[in-house]
Amino acid sequence: MQITSEKIIHTDVLIIGGGTAGCYAALTLRSLSDASVVIAEKADIRRSGCLAAGVNALNAYITKGHTPQFYVDYAKKDAAGIVREDLLLTMSEGLNEVTRKLEDLGLVILKDEKGEYVARGTRNIKINGENIKTILADAVKKLDGVQVINHLNITDYIVRDNTMAGALGFDMRTGTAYEIRAKAVLCATGGAAGLYRPNNPGFSRHKMWYCPFNTGAGYAMGIRAGAEMTTFEMRFIALRCKDTIAPTGTIAQGVGAKQVNARGDVYEQKYGLTTSQRLYGTVRETLDGNGPCYLRTEGITPAQDESLLKAYLNMAPSQTLKWIESGKLPSQQNVEIEGTEPYVVGGHTASGYWVDTNRQTTIRHLYAAGDVAGGCPQKYVTGALVEGEIAAKNMVRQGLSDASGLDEAQEKAILAEKVAEYNAALGETDSFFTVEQLEEAMQKVMDTYAGGIGSHYQYNEKQLALADEKIDQLMELAAHVGASDYHELLFVYELRERLTVCKVLIAHLRARKETRWHSFAENLDYPEQRADWLKYVNSRMDEDGQVHMIYRDLVPGGETYEHTH
Amino acid sequence: MSIRIKQERCIGCGQCIDVCPGSLIDRNGQGKAWMHYPKDCWGCVSCVKVCPVQAIDFYLGADMGGRGSTMNVTADGHYLHWHIHKADGSEKTITVDRKQANSY
Repeated sequence: MQITSEKIIHTDVLIIGGGTAGCYAALTLRSLSDASVVIAEKADIRRSGCLAAGVNALNAYITKGHTPQFYVDYAKKDAAGIVREDLLLTMSEGLNEVTRKLEDLGLVILKDEKGEYVARGTRNIKINGENIKTILADAVKKLDGVQVINHLNITDYIVRDNTMAGALGFDMRTGTAYEIRAKAVLCATGGAAGLYRPNNPGFSRHKMWYCPFNTGAGYAMGIRAGAEMTTFEMRFIALRCKDTIAPTGTIAQGVGAKQVNARGDVYEQKYGLTTSQRLYGTVRETLDGNGPCYLRTEGITPAQDESLLKAYLNMAPSQTLKWIESGKLPSQQNVEIEGTEPYVVGGHTASGYWVDTNRQTTIRHLYAAGDVAGGCPQKYVTGALVEGEIAAKNMVRQGLSDASGLDEAQEKAILAEKVAEYNAALGETDSFFTVEQLEEAMQKVMDTYAGGIGSHYQYNEKQLALADEKIDQLMELAAHVGASDYHELLFVYELRERLTVCKVLIAHLRARKETRWHSFAENLDYPEQRADWLKYVNSRMDEDGQVHMIYRDLVPGGETYEHTH
Repeated sequence: MSIRIKQERCIGCGQCIDVCPGSLIDRNGQGKAWMHYPKDCWGCVSCVKVCPVQAIDFYLGADMGGRGSTMNVTADGHYLHWHIHKADGSEKTITVDRKQANSY
């Protein structure tokens, strides 16, 4: 099997990834300008990305009596200081407006008798988010001037003189190779799952917290193109319901369930209440012989049981099925909890592209929004929408012009070179290892030597050095792996993307010589938090694949940040 | 974590093939939907919701505590009726009003 045909498309703006941030950027672009837009989506925008099953609350909202700065302060504290306050503040200032727009588009939000949104805690509001993704997709489909290309997997950027000129990919169904030339590009591909051995390593290996189809493509393309990345070492590990890896917040906040160990002791106060401390406490209790740990739900009312069953159907239906299947509702049995494998995901932690206040990356005319953009943790769904909006507004403000200077012959040559690469993988019928074998090997290396579940999220310098060496070996093997159809070609590229992300992640874990966040980055050789590490750890890969670390001072609150190219 | 597609019910409309966020469902020689990559399923149930003839059942793998119960869904205006068929033959239906927000 080979690539069947080639297409070169020209557009003003290319959006890679039709998820939360990507869809909202398209809506913003068309509301402010006549710019032509192409959305390249690996699946189908109707249910692609993190929100496929739905979401049960909007976790980033400025509730009554609070200010955007309140949200900034919360996120900064939770991340132990390693945030970009300019990014957090500009995000926080836009949260309520995008929420109102979502409601206009059809999202159901719970209101009180005065017509005001009902808060869940100090930063969240209650919704029915089962159809949040279809609402966004339907709004995009109504737009003129926006071409959505579903099942198109983008594999590489086209960059000339550190300026974005477009991207390359292939249609997984037809085998058509695409070159999409654009004046500006928004990377909105999401974060990276599948780097580490997951909770359910066998048949249910993809029953994980983060969308398993978010494989770090956006990070990997940027890394290879020389974009600067930040704070990969601040991994995200979620505290979840055991087996189903369903959210715990709905139970904890919904019915006020406390975290208890197997002896029935409430332990959460003992370790602190930041996101990483809650997770770390659960790990510690288990290591100290007090496991397993639970959310204490026994004794809740039948009405509360019923509400939980319904709430989970709107975002994680496997948990509802598990309760019914086991014959024990939460009122009858505490809900066991566990930590997931680590992910790199900028919607929760500060990992991702190093961007300026306008969400432009260090590559000119390349923007990043949502989980792929760094420096702005706890952005969640609404924050991703705001970032898509900020990026789109800045594209319009800057004006769209083709700065690449590529002529038709050069365009054809660029695509031909990529088609040859695709065809080499498609023509490789005798590769020694399969993608699946190499993926398992990668996950084992990361689990064992780079702080996965099996090593209780801990590592030391020697282990990280081994991880780096072994990931390099796997990268060499992955260069020769073959694909028998276009879907397998996708798997080949996903494997390579994950390995690239692993390589940079390990470099970041090695660079931060302290333990700033328990579990998220727990270096046993440097077990303390140190004031001199209150700075950003950034990185850039050179053309030979070497990762160079860049250390930057914190951007103070109240300032904006511009790149010095 | 995965789905089963009942071949006798499938009408080959292809909506599940389009909607799956992992592109895991393909068409077989009979023109019907076929779960090509069961181990890669995230359990989002997008396919179960989009199927117009309830040909797709969702179930928990044995490694997640599954014992053979299945779940599918029918839509009735803004109501979603989730039908759970337990392995012991009993059934339970939970109805969710899409116009009502979660109380939690």
